[in-house]
Amino acid sequence: MSFFRRILLVGLVSFYIPNSHAEMTIEITEGIESALPISIVPFAMQGASGVPVDVSFVVDADLGRSGYFKTLDKQSMPGRPSTAEAVQFKDWQALGQNYLVIGQVIEDHGQYNVQFQLFDVYKGQQLMGYRMTSSAGELRRTAHHISDLIFEKLTGKKGVFSGRIAYITSSRQGRQSTHKLQVSDADGFNAQTIASSMEPLMSPAWSPDGRKIAYVSFEKKSAAIYIQTLATGERVRVAEFPGINGAPSWSPDGAKLALTLSKDGSPDIYILNLVTRSLTKLTKSFAIDTEPTWSPDGSSIVFTSDRGGKPQLYIMSSQGGEEKRLTFSGSYNARGSFSPDGRSIAMVHGNGSDYRIAVMDLATKSVNVITDGRSDESPSFAPNGSMILYASRKGNAGYLSAVSLDGKMQQKLVFDGSEIREPAWSP
Amino acid sequence: MKLNKTVLALAISALILTACSEDEKDASLTDGTQNAASGINDASTSGLNNGSGLSGSEMNASGMYPNAGIGPEFSDPNNPLSKSTIYFMLDSSQVQNDFVPVIAAHAQYLVAHPGQRIVMEGHGDERGSREYNIALGEQRAKSVASMMKVQGVSESQLQVVSYGEEKPASFGHDEASWELNRRVELVYQGAQ
Repeated sequence: MSFFRRILLVGLVSFYIPNSHAEMTIEITEGIESALPISIVPFAMQGASGVPVDVSFVVDADLGRSGYFKTLDKQSMPGRPSTAEAVQFKDWQALGQNYLVIGQVIEDHGQYNVQFQLFDVYKGQQLMGYRMTSSAGELRRTAHHISDLIFEKLTGKKGVFSGRIAYITSSRQGRQSTHKLQVSDADGFNAQTIASSMEPLMSPAWSPDGRKIAYVSFEKKSAAIYIQTLATGERVRVAEFPGINGAPSWSPDGAKLALTLSKDGSPDIYILNLVTRSLTKLTKSFAIDTEPTWSPDGSSIVFTSDRGGKPQLYIMSSQGGEEKRLTFSGSYNARGSFSPDGRSIAMVHGNGSDYRIAVMDLATKSVNVITDGRSDESPSFAPNGSMILYASRKGNAGYLSAVSLDGKMQQKLVFDGSEIREPAWSP
Repeated sequence: MKLNKTVLALAISALILTACSEDEKDASLTDGTQNAASGINDASTSGLNNGSGLSGSEMNASGMYPNAGIGPEFSDPNNPLSKSTIYFMLDSSQVQNDFVPVIAAHAQYLVAHPGQRIVMEGHGDERGSREYNIALGEQRAKSVASMMKVQGVSESQLQVVSYGEEKPASFGHDEASWELNRRVELVYQGAQ
């Protein structure tokens, strides 16, 4: 059957990002074999001043990019129904389509009424229908929300299209570089610079409620950790000790920050209570201890340490206590990141020459290398746990990539003109 | 050199509570400012755009002899003081024998000029994870600092900062560049 074919290079979609003036392309390099055929019929639009966002186009791009769906191009569509009565299911069956989405966007005094319906083509039945109201500025968000609803209905997994990603870019002008912390929609649109400096910015970490980002800035020519509120742009400096102030990681309840400080000598893991402002030292080795990450239940901290000679992941209680080595395969395992269900840990896995993303199953301790780059780094789980976003490089081009946990589905987010790294998927 | 003059001309500086290096309890947060909107549509940039406007120091920009402004011996190729970068092996913070005389020369100079201060900037190559490379860069800078201390340099003359892989000297992505990036730079700050 044709729809069981592997999707390769399904599409190249170019997006204009208003704030950064950078062009981003998303490319699906590998898809799953069972991608479901779905037709997103261009939504009927009614309005005096037009509709500023092509909602159905955004939905089509979201679903296609996920790798779970193969969308039908407009030219091949047998019609453009926008009401249930107008749908001829046989025509869509003949094209091998499993699902059909139709909809309308109607302007009403500057607001937009968006409605859509999802049908099972073979049964000729509606599976879902929604009507929602949106401002012009929220239309793109509404479209991502529709993608989430359809995705969850058909795959049983929560959609991640309305999420955001934070990342660091840097661009070089002669001897100087401009470093930016940016936040964009999950599809790369609406990129906004939330901090910019001529000195490095590092390690963005989302608060569990998605409202704040903690990050490291060298703007004063030494490291400090800031927490910035996205809605207002306000920020506070929470750590500026002598030496390293790095690797901030939020506790699941948002009340604490695990971080790395070297004020007492070697880098150690500390817990900063953001409410009481008290600081607790968690590790006390003479080796490098860094890159703490919390388990989703808040009980454990996983961190990188070279106490055994090479960097490996260790686990300990977030209350302190015994530290146990977690990784034994490979000469380099660093920057652990828990999956949202707490069952696995993604990491940077080095074998001597290449650095790739690997996932460890905590129950079986088996490690699965899921990428094939030469210098892949900074793995970050999607909030539904289905994908891992990471930074990669081919030749001189750095890009972000997302991969499914089994390594079978890959998509690439390429920005023009600047280095991009340290992606973090919002909760 | 007014290196700091533009660094923190932040519109939001009033909101940044002061440093906490002396007292851990000073790590401060204000939490009452956020509104219910989780969106960032209205967020303006942080104001840093007009802020830190400098990269490197003026002395670094002079090229081959970054510390030439300190004295003529720093640009004399026959003087070990003209060398200001210590290179390291992969994943190592061990000072190699070749660089022992260079560090000794700087130590002697600093002992003889107690008003001079240096920043030892630790760096790494791009491979592996970024925060681990920060730690590695600091270990490298601290190895150099401890050799200086053994040779009598006062702690107050020495400052360590690690940039990890964030400020490469060479922008390639091969061993030739990586070798140049695993380094500690000795940056004189001028006399106090």
